[in-house]
Amino acid sequence: MSRARLSLLLLWPGLVTLALTVVPVLLLLRISLAPQDPSAPWGPGVSFDAYRSLLAADSLRSLWRSLELALSVALISLGAGFPLTYWITRMHRRAQVLWLVFLLATLTLSDVLIAFSWQVLLSKRIGLSKLLVALGLMDQPDSLAPSVGAVIACLVYLVIPFTVLTLYPSLSQLDRGLIEAARTLGAPAWRSFTSVVIPLTRVPAVIAFVLSAILTLGSFVPPLALGRPEHWPMSVLIGNAALAGHNLPRASAMSVLLLLVTALLAWGATQTLRRRDNP
Amino acid sequence: MITALRRVFLGLVALFLSAPLIVVTGVSFNGNARMNFPPQHVSLTWYANFFTDSGWMSAFTLSCVIAALSSLVAVSIALPLAYAVWHYRSRAALTLQGLARISFLLPSVVVSIVFLVFWSAVGHAGHIEDTILSHAVVFVTLPLTTIGLGFQSIDPALVDAARTLGARDSEVLRTVIRPILLPYLICGLVFVFILSLNEYIIAYMVAGFEVETLPIKIFNNLRMGFTPTMCVGAVLFMLLGILGFGVIAWIGDLPKLLGGRTQARG
Repeated sequence: MSRARLSLLLLWPGLVTLALTVVPVLLLLRISLAPQDPSAPWGPGVSFDAYRSLLAADSLRSLWRSLELALSVALISLGAGFPLTYWITRMHRRAQVLWLVFLLATLTLSDVLIAFSWQVLLSKRIGLSKLLVALGLMDQPDSLAPSVGAVIACLVYLVIPFTVLTLYPSLSQLDRGLIEAARTLGAPAWRSFTSVVIPLTRVPAVIAFVLSAILTLGSFVPPLALGRPEHWPMSVLIGNAALAGHNLPRASAMSVLLLLVTALLAWGATQTLRRRDNP
Repeated sequence: MITALRRVFLGLVALFLSAPLIVVTGVSFNGNARMNFPPQHVSLTWYANFFTDSGWMSAFTLSCVIAALSSLVAVSIALPLAYAVWHYRSRAALTLQGLARISFLLPSVVVSIVFLVFWSAVGHAGHIEDTILSHAVVFVTLPLTTIGLGFQSIDPALVDAARTLGARDSEVLRTVIRPILLPYLICGLVFVFILSLNEYIIAYMVAGFEVETLPIKIFNNLRMGFTPTMCVGAVLFMLLGILGFGVIAWIGDLPKLLGGRTQARG
């Protein structure tokens, strides 16, 4: 009786998940092994051309750029997001809600809009370079995009709300008694932070780091709009191969590679957490 | 010292987060078609332009329709699944929940290729249903999380009490579980709605030429050259986001909905 009800409950979620998550990923693997066909999305038969093309210098360079970008964005987001979340959880309720609504509102903005805003902000006519000139940090207004810095600024902007939302539950539920105890026992503020807060929030911090890296690995618009072609990570190459190049097998093969990188990242994270758990 | 450091840091973060929003809002009020900031000859020309231009309006309506339908589909998947996980704790339900979360955790470009390949393989690429279903599947993890938190927040003693007093399963669902769950459910709906509204790359890959949503239209415009009309679109989306989450904060306990403590100490 209850078994029948359980099956009934899981029927629709199971159907959709299998049809639209499992089957498509299997199809991706298949298409990455298909030959290119100019008249169809892909040709019949099996070919390793797409994978062979991954060994080309520009593919490898873009993979390296992807990793560089993902690690820098994840480091900066965690470095800024951790103290931000910590301080938000220590605010009065009203200020806390205000900050959360603000962060959620930026989270909701399309990456297209954010990339466009940064373009405007970093352009020569408006924005930041004029301010830098006024402060005496630059000689004359200049365009600050396209550049690697512009791509990183935009991606950090997009990723920080996710970092805060990942860290928020554990930092918010952190037992304040422990910090107070450390302070009472004479530990300075920074010491209570490094010896009490950080060890207790290690798991969500690692998750936030990996999540930021994955979000960066998958980003298409910011590096395309704010970076130079020589800075383009693999995600942009994937999008271009599918859209402009009409080469779905190549896009699929690069996607499989990016999936492997993602899996490796997640695996690395679980290993670090496990090692620290059983010293 | 720490207090000063905290103030400076929070101020800088607030500036960083609001700078692009301020600039875009400013540019949308320009009198002429140039990117000026602060705006010159302040006017509402581009707002009038946005609301009278059928292209922009149809993209905006289309985005709203897709977002509304995909949030409903996502919740229709998440609700029974989260209930099964909570009520039966069955391994099948847990496995399915893990699988359902995967699409959100993959790099978004990869997901967009996955869906492009899938809809091409079934011979159905370029339809609005593709966008709706793809968004629902990618964002289902958000209602799964919020509704899951909702079920966890139900005190088992409350359910036991209702049962002891003779309530049947359906009555427990209606009188105990539904009122507690409702804010979490709405929170999940709003999350999917807003993320779908703003999602670009998946919508573009699966049906970008046939189904032009607002982010796609803005991006296409960006490539053609600048018009302040797209800033109006950006401002509208910003307002919708603030409104949506403002409503959630108003009807529910936002810190709790996000998994924090119920009572924040001052």
